[in-house]
Amino acid sequence: MTCWETIGAYAFRSLGYGERLLPKSDFTLCQQFTLIGSGLIWNIYFGVLALAFGFFLANALALAKTARSAWVRKPAEWFIFVFRGSPLFIQFFLGYQLFVLLPKNGVELWGITVHTDWLTKAWAGALFVLFLNTAAYSAEIFHGALMAVPKGDLEAADAYGITGFARFRRILWPTMLRLGWPAYTNEAIFLFHATTLVFFSSFPAFRQQGDALYYAGYFADKTYNPFIPYPIVGFYFICLTLLLTWAFSLVNRRLNRHLPSNQRARIRLRPQLIR
Amino acid sequence: MKKTLLASALVALSAFAANAQDTVRIATEGLYPPYNLIDDAGNLAGYEVDLGNEICKRAGLTCEFVQNDWDSMMPNLNSGNFDVIMAGMSITEERKKDRLFSQNYMPPAVSYYVATSADADIKAGVVAAQTGTIQAGHVAESGAQLLEFKTPDETVAAVQNGEADAVLADGEYLQPVVDASGGALVVVETIPLGDGVGAAFRQSDTELAAKFDKVIAEMKADGSINELIKKWFKEKAVLF
Amino acid sequence: MFSYCADPSTLDSTRWMLCYLTSGKHLLFYSSFGTVLLLLAVTAPVALAFGFGGAMAARSHNPGLRLFGKGYTAMVRGIPDIIFFMFFVIALDQALEWGLHQWRCPDWVEPIRNGLEFKVCPAAKVPPSSAPQIWHEVYGFALAVVTFAIVFGAFAANVLYGAMNAVPRAQLETAEAYGMSHRQVFRRVLVPQMWVYALPGLSNLWLILIKATPLLFLLGVKDIVYWANELGSSKTDTFAYPHGDWKLWYFLGLLVFYLAFTRLSEIVLSRLSRRLSRGQATMAGEAMRKAAA
Repeated sequence: MTCWETIGAYAFRSLGYGERLLPKSDFTLCQQFTLIGSGLIWNIYFGVLALAFGFFLANALALAKTARSAWVRKPAEWFIFVFRGSPLFIQFFLGYQLFVLLPKNGVELWGITVHTDWLTKAWAGALFVLFLNTAAYSAEIFHGALMAVPKGDLEAADAYGITGFARFRRILWPTMLRLGWPAYTNEAIFLFHATTLVFFSSFPAFRQQGDALYYAGYFADKTYNPFIPYPIVGFYFICLTLLLTWAFSLVNRRLNRHLPSNQRARIRLRPQLIR
Repeated sequence: MKKTLLASALVALSAFAANAQDTVRIATEGLYPPYNLIDDAGNLAGYEVDLGNEICKRAGLTCEFVQNDWDSMMPNLNSGNFDVIMAGMSITEERKKDRLFSQNYMPPAVSYYVATSADADIKAGVVAAQTGTIQAGHVAESGAQLLEFKTPDETVAAVQNGEADAVLADGEYLQPVVDASGGALVVVETIPLGDGVGAAFRQSDTELAAKFDKVIAEMKADGSINELIKKWFKEKAVLF
Repeated sequence: MFSYCADPSTLDSTRWMLCYLTSGKHLLFYSSFGTVLLLLAVTAPVALAFGFGGAMAARSHNPGLRLFGKGYTAMVRGIPDIIFFMFFVIALDQALEWGLHQWRCPDWVEPIRNGLEFKVCPAAKVPPSSAPQIWHEVYGFALAVVTFAIVFGAFAANVLYGAMNAVPRAQLETAEAYGMSHRQVFRRVLVPQMWVYALPGLSNLWLILIKATPLLFLLGVKDIVYWANELGSSKTDTFAYPHGDWKLWYFLGLLVFYLAFTRLSEIVLSRLSRRLSRGQATMAGEAMRKAAA
């Protein structure tokens, strides 16, 4: 099999297209690169969607944490503490065990049957756990940024008569995003790294469709040589990290575009926010 | 700090090297009762542990059982961290290419498809199996949809909670589980897989493999291996 | 543990539970919490030392050393830590044995790499195969510590590198004006001052390290996750205490442990941060000075 044929057969194997059986003998570098790259699709899927959904919940949580009413504030604080204070590994595990306990035939809610069995599948269940997890970490970042919004900005808003939701939407929120963005970039990078835990902790791989680490593990198991597949995963993740940094710096430039160039926040990678 | 720690450990360790008699280190998984398990006192036990100790006694070897993950068995065997694997490993043509097997110490047995009902779809449905086992390989090729887990008990749990339609594993492992389920689990179908279970060695370790082979043949001849099988696998066991 | 535990099948539920929770296996489970704490206690200083070395290398004037330092500090940014854990242990083990083999058995003729096998002379085996199991476990634990320290040392190097750069330039210049050499400035001014800048990052790193301990079982150490998995899985009559799948409860226990440990660490670290801020030319230090006056 030439390398092109291999790519044709396995490039979308992780989604269930192409060759049904994984290679069994005569392993080539091309096979390893193709299949592990195919698995990377899942890492990107988990990372992008968890980040996108998590962003909204994070904003809500950050606001709830600033609320005066303890009824709003306390749950948000506890949510953030539980998800930031425990290992993601354990969260995945508990998540899977809980989803499995849900009734198989769905739950009757107001006469409508809500199906729950899809939650035990990695594509939904793991995404849900990652979504909650990144929301908690991002909420902490956004809360910190919200607290750091300069007093002068708010006074200026008051002077212009901007109040209530308009003040939040036009003054507070953009400044919060701008201040929090470098840290949020870090969170995004480490979220992508965390996606490798999905099939590793508790969610079973279905029809041998897994992420990059799953296929690397398959090759390490078959070839007894961990020194090739795992560095390939590393290589893919370096590329992914560079791509992500670039995309986030574009947003960062837009958020800072009104500022003189020497006052702009630069994105510096600090590994302060992994799980 | 790390250097001194390592250095002092090395010095301490080289003191043992003086004892010429090499210990044969036997690895097992400890999660596959009754083949191998960790008993309630926290020690390794099971059929393979009893058998391994008996083989070593008869062959005049000093042996020690160590516990190791199923996933990392072969890399550790090849890099010499232990010398033998006795972990319910089925003998297959594919595996014979990269490791040496003793003759089987469990007869070629059948694997069971176990499900919650007898009409479970094992041809095209979702079948759970442990990663890296011959059963997992069989499911992948059978046309059913393979659901992989790291440990054997997770595969059974997957059937009990409806994740999978059926589980495929060694009959000896599944039989007690089915018995204990009180009718909740049933055997759907049985298929012969592999040439029985044997001990695995590095390909260059022909001498050690020959020693094990000889004692296993001896134990088959005098019937003592059947006694051990009966002790651990109860009355339904297939004997030599 | 208790005398009536001899035959568990005859016990009522309270006593059964009591016996169950004090079985030998459970005692091993409880002691594995000690293993995790020990790993943290040993790894934290070693990782800090690695980080210190990495940060110094990254600031070095020697371009080769600087490249190495920068590469080391950058490595954890691009690659998930779990990837390192997957093959570092076996790499370290083989590297060590290979080195010992060269040193102790120079006359050995057989190839070390033979197909899939990696075979060194018996004198170079670490630990020797005749060593009692405890030494194999100590060795496995040491490998785990070193692997953890290399990976988290890279994180620490990041933090310390930033902290060294954060010490006000004027302080160093003043020291130079007093005639101190580079070395003296580094030792007497830079290092004592940088801790307060490094503390937020290092606190974070400590919390990260706590949360990374469930990966310990990847490195072949029987930790709390291993035992929770083993004890929680359903047990048939082969065992003295048969039960169903109880994993959920064991893992809930682990969750509580980690949350409590994190909370405790946060409290201690915030106290430490106040201690270190005393007398420092930072906002926090200034606030403390004013409050005292």
